[in-house]
Parts: sequence; structure tokens; C-alpha cells
Amino acid sequence: MSDSDDRTPGEDTGERAPAAAGDEAARLAARRTPLPAATVASAARANDEPEGVPTASEVARAADADASDRGSRTTAKVRASLRKRYAAERRFRWYGIVAIAASLGFLALLLTSIVIKGTPAFSQTFLKLEVALDADTLGVTAESTPAELRRANYAGIVKSAMRDRFPDADGRSEKKALYSLVSTGADYQVARRVAADPSLIGQTVSLWVPADDELGALVKRDADFSRPDTLVTRMSEQQLGWAKELVDAGELDVRFNSTFFTNGDSREPELAGIRAALAGSAFTLLITFTLSFPIAVAAAIYLEEFAPQNRWTDLVEVNINNLAAVPSIVFGLLGLAVFINFFHLPRSAPVVGGIVLSLMTLPTIIISSRASLKSVPPSIREAARGIGASPLQVVFHHVLPLAMPGILTGTIIGLAQALGETAPLLMIGMVAFIVDVPQTITDAATVLPVQVYLWADSPERAFVEKTSAAIMVLLAFLIVMNAVAVLLRKRFERRW
Amino acid sequence: MSIVADDILHRPRHLDMPLKDDATDAFERLTGTVGDVTADDPKMRTANVDVFYGAKQAIHDVSLDIGNNEVIAMIGPSGCGKSTFLRCLNRMNDTIPSCRVTGSMSLDGEDLYGAELDPVLLRARVGMVFQKPNPFAKSIYDNVAYGPRIHGLASNRAELDDIVVDSLKKAGLHDEVKDRFEAPGTSLSGGQQQRLCIARTIAVSPEVILMDEPCSALDPIATARIEELIDELRQNYAIAIVTHSMQQAARVSQRTAYFHLGKLVEVGDTNQVFTNPRHELTENYITGRFG
Repeated sequence: MSDSDDRTPGEDTGERAPAAAGDEAARLAARRTPLPAATVASAARANDEPEGVPTASEVARAADADASDRGSRTTAKVRASLRKRYAAERRFRWYGIVAIAASLGFLALLLTSIVIKGTPAFSQTFLKLEVALDADTLGVTAESTPAELRRANYAGIVKSAMRDRFPDADGRSEKKALYSLVSTGADYQVARRVAADPSLIGQTVSLWVPADDELGALVKRDADFSRPDTLVTRMSEQQLGWAKELVDAGELDVRFNSTFFTNGDSREPELAGIRAALAGSAFTLLITFTLSFPIAVAAAIYLEEFAPQNRWTDLVEVNINNLAAVPSIVFGLLGLAVFINFFHLPRSAPVVGGIVLSLMTLPTIIISSRASLKSVPPSIREAARGIGASPLQVVFHHVLPLAMPGILTGTIIGLAQALGETAPLLMIGMVAFIVDVPQTITDAATVLPVQVYLWADSPERAFVEKTSAAIMVLLAFLIVMNAVAVLLRKRFERRW
Repeated sequence: MSIVADDILHRPRHLDMPLKDDATDAFERLTGTVGDVTADDPKMRTANVDVFYGAKQAIHDVSLDIGNNEVIAMIGPSGCGKSTFLRCLNRMNDTIPSCRVTGSMSLDGEDLYGAELDPVLLRARVGMVFQKPNPFAKSIYDNVAYGPRIHGLASNRAELDDIVVDSLKKAGLHDEVKDRFEAPGTSLSGGQQQRLCIARTIAVSPEVILMDEPCSALDPIATARIEELIDELRQNYAIAIVTHSMQQAARVSQRTAYFHLGKLVEVGDTNQVFTNPRHELTENYITGRFG
């Protein structure tokens, strides 16, 4: 009953009758020219009643003439309109090309600006320091316990090393200016060195320690320290003089900035790293994926393959579609109210962030999964059912593998959205200043886009490059994620 | 008023098929099926089957047997319900929520729509070949092995291999694909795909094979091969085939059933139906006056 005959009844009256040639011609004439019904009827009867009204052959000739006339008119009309039609097509093609070019241009602009601004963040200026590990200044000996070693006065050691390098610094403020040339990261570096080998105490070691961000930025830019008046910097003339001395002596060096990938956030730009945010994002997305993917796919399969069509499923469907359009901050409020205030899950933790983001991602994945399940040809389902596969086997052996590429595409869109989301995370406290790299899903953490926001908000100029660098890391994360999805999709597609 | 409107106004509302006046009359006069609906050695029996799609009745009071070792062809104009009837024989219409079947249908005396015969079991016993070749998105081997696998028909790989090779041989496809079992089933040509689908159906060792216009998407050479195959398969199975080609029905079948607008008009030996139809509607259809 599926295939219906779409011929019109009018044609059938003539076509189905055991038609004589004259009848046939009359019918053609009837179809082509809007003759009054009476004429057609009489034309059809022409064979039986040769006298009176026009004969069948006359009608046929008239029809032929009419048809050829009509034909040449069609040719003329089509020819006249061709130029216009092709012009429209050409115009439309140009709109498309312009649109593509514009979008590529903007993309290139964005990427170039980010890369140009962000690249300096991947290198760092180091300062060579001769540190005398004087036991008295440190307040420890080679025999001290690790706990005592950790509390030793490394800042004092670094300061005295700087004083030794530039004995001309005189007075409290000048000394302070001198100390500010080197980053506080130097203290940690000395501390690590001593902790690794306590026998160094009493000796003098030569260390490359990170320089302060202002000095570092100038060196990275290859600034001309001999003409301090041309430099745009917060450094004083005296500091610039010391810097020139260091540059001339080759005691400043620009190297790859590994701290950026190993440290958490810091108030000091030269020590701030992306690691904590990267780990936070990874944990959050892991939770989001493990929650949203199975739930969404199961929901989609149920709704598409098993659910009865009634008012309840309609309601569910409408709600899912609406949820996809709910502003993300609303999900943040829900997370705050339900998961933190009611269930007392930890604040600022990837576990809560992940749950909130999976709520946000669910509708996206459900909708795209349903669409791709729907696009699996019904003939595959029939084939499987026809040889006795149970409904579950039909879905899991045949429909789902074929729908998987589409489902994965939807999932990756959802996860990419979750990766870039900040608003709901603000509500659950993932906007905090996190120095430690989170080790578990319940540790306080922040995520990459929040880190970008925090750094963009910081006053130190060196954070500008960090911001762009963090965006580059975020984009790289996204590209890796997409690449994995593409690989998975390729694997599933090969089975088609 | 034009002829067209006139024609529409005077046609009975339940008919969506345009008909000549005398055909309409003949149809309205139709009371029961002409000819013998029973088979000598019935495998499936149906009696007084009505099928409804929602409020619309697609099949009116059809009774028909499908016998062992015979091919029964179901012919009739488009939309006459022959495919619907065929699909009811292995409950493929179950997934259509609005579809309702009444009357009795049985396989070896077991009620098809009864509690004791699960649809999954039924479909393992009554296989189906569809209009369009629809191989799974798997290798040729896996296409054929799928049925035996899910039903657990083979206890080890060697047995499964045997089933696959045997089914492919029966379907006349083995020689063409024996070197490339791992190639995807979709890489075959249309005719080969259809034979693959037949092999897939045979692999489950069904008792009845239903074929819904199996050759409508194939060229004449592929069609000829499938027809030969159907004739060979007749030795072991009961086969019901829906076809639009009357030549095909005449070539492959022993019995022919003519459906018209949801009613079974005439059943009889294929020879008799084609050479000496007993009902006016059958005669009209066979002589090509409509359909």
C-alpha cells in the first residue's frame, strides 16, 4: 500500500481505454490546449460520427501545428531568459566566494594576532647568578633535615648574590631596585638545587635563574640598552644600566619557557604557567564526556528506536530542544544550588564543573545523535529484523555503528562548547586563583578559558603575551580533541 | 464541468486507484476469491485476514495458503496490498504503530500473532528478501554469518565457515566472491548484492522465504539468475514472491494469486491464471488493460 499511483484521473479516462489512433490524437489535443470540455468530448466521438464537428485528423493537425508553435515559443523564451539565469548563478557564486574569503580573512587575522602576541610567552629570559651557598646566611648546614632545608633563607642568598654582582647598589631603595631584577622564582630554584644536593652548602654555584618580567620582556625584544630613553618600560635608568652591564657580559639569555607548561598560575608573570588550567580542563572534560556521552546516546536511542509516539515523548522532545537553547549561566546557577548547596560537593572542583557542563552538553549530543540515527536507512533495520535480530540487536549491531560518525561529530561539537565555556563555571567557583596543579577531580581547579580571562584581567604587561599563549594552548587542545574524533570517525566510516 | 471532476465525483471514496467504469463495477460485484486458496501441502495458512493502517483498511478478508516446495506469486496493480500481506507473514509490519492485523495466520499450525510464536523466532523461520538489495555495512562473510551468529547456529568457526560457504553456493554467489570474503558487501554489484541478501536469508535455514519484488532493482541478466535461483530453492523451501512482472510470475511460480485493491481476486495454478483467468479483473490485468 506504500506506493500509490500518481497519475491523474483525467489522463486515465483516455489512456486506459482501448484507444484508436484518432482518440489518442484527440486526447493529446485535449491535454495541450485548454479547449472547452464539449469540444474534447465531441472530438473523442469523432470516429463514430464523421459528420458535423471537426474530424479527428483535423484536430490532430491543429494540435501538431499548435505544438510546434508552442515549441518554438518555448525555445525563444528560454533563450531570452538564459543569460539572466546564468548571471544570477554567477552572482550567487561570487557571493559565496566573497563570504568564504571574508571568513578566512578574519580567521587568519585572529590567528596571526594571537600567534604574534603569544609567541614571546614561550621563551623566557634567564639571568646568570653566582650564588655563594653560605651556611650562615641560609641558616642550615649540610646535615639539616629536608624540612629545615625547605625553610632556609634562600631569598637572602639570592639577594646577597645580586649585591655581590653589583656592589655599587647603595642604600635601601637602590638595593630594592637591584633585587627586583631577578624573579622570586630564583629562590625556588636555589632551594631545589640545595634540596637535591645538600652537600653544595658552603660552595659557590653558578645558576641561570629567571629574570624579572620587565627586564625579561626587554631582553626578549632585543632592546637597545645603550639608549635607555627609547625604551618603554617601568625600569629606572639605574636598573637599565645594570641590565646593559649584564647583557654586555652575556649574563642574560633567552631560553624556552618550560615553566609555562609545568607551573600553575602565579602573581608573577614570569612564573605563571598553564599546567593547572590544562589539568583542570582535562579533568572537567573527562567528567563531561563520561557523563554526557553514554547518557545522551542512550536517550537518543530510546527516543529514536524504542519510545512510543505519544504526548509524553513529544513533551520530552520539546524540552530537550528547548534545553539546548538555555543560556549556559542558568546551568551554573543550577549547579550552585543543587550540587554545591544541596549535595555539598566541593566548590571549584572539576567534578562539579563536569556535571554542570554535561547538563549543558546533553541536549546538543542528544539532538545530533537522534538526527544521525534517523539518517540510517530503514532498509538496514528491515534487513536485520528480517533475519530475526531482536530490536536491541538491530540497534547495536547495525544502526548504532552506522550512526556513530554523526554521533561523534555531535559529541565533539558539544565538548568543544563545554571546553570554551566560562559562565556556568563562574557560578560554581572555578574562577579562583589556583596555584597548585589539581591532582584529582575534587581538587580546586580552574579551566583554560577562565585562565585566559584571569590573565587578560591582570595589570602586568607580561600577562598580555600569557593570555595569547593560553589561547593558543586552548586552540591546540581543541585541535587535538577534534583530531581524535576525526580518527575515530574514520575508523567507523570504513565499516560502512 | 470537466470530465476530470466528473470522474472524481463519481468514484467510490475508498478507491485510490483510478479505474474504468466496468472494472469498478466488477470490483464492486466482487464477493469472494475465485479459485482454490488452499495448497496441497500447506506450510503457512491464512484465513479472513484484514489489515488496517489506522482507519484505512489495506487488506480485505484474504485467505491464502503457502505450500511446501512451491513458489506462489502474488501479482496485482500498485497499492493492491500484496506487499502488505507478504510483510504480515513474518510480522514485519509490527513496527508500524497504526498497523492492525485481524484474522488467522499460522505457520505449521502455530498462530503467527499468538503468544507462543515470538516475532524473533518467527523471522528466523520465515526469511525475507526485500525489494532493494540491502546488505549490511559489513564484509561479505559477516553479512552471511550474521544470522547464524545471533541465533547461535554454529558452535565454532569451522561450522560457521561451512554455513557461509554453503549459503553462498546455494545463492549462486560463491564462485564470484570466494576470493574476497572480507570485502564489504556494499562493494558488490546490484544483482550480486541481492544474491548476497538471499544467501544471508538462507544461512538461517528458514522454512519459508518471502520475496518482495526481489528483482525490481535489477537488470534482466541479474533477474534471470535470481529466477533460476528461486526455482532451485523451491526444492527445500516454501516461497512466496511479490512481483510486478507478470512474465516473472509466469516463469517462476506454480501458483499465482491476483490481488486487487486489498482483495484477493483469484488464486490458481499459474498456467491456468495466465492462460485462462476466471475473473474479469484478473483477465483485465493480465491482458494489460490496467495496472
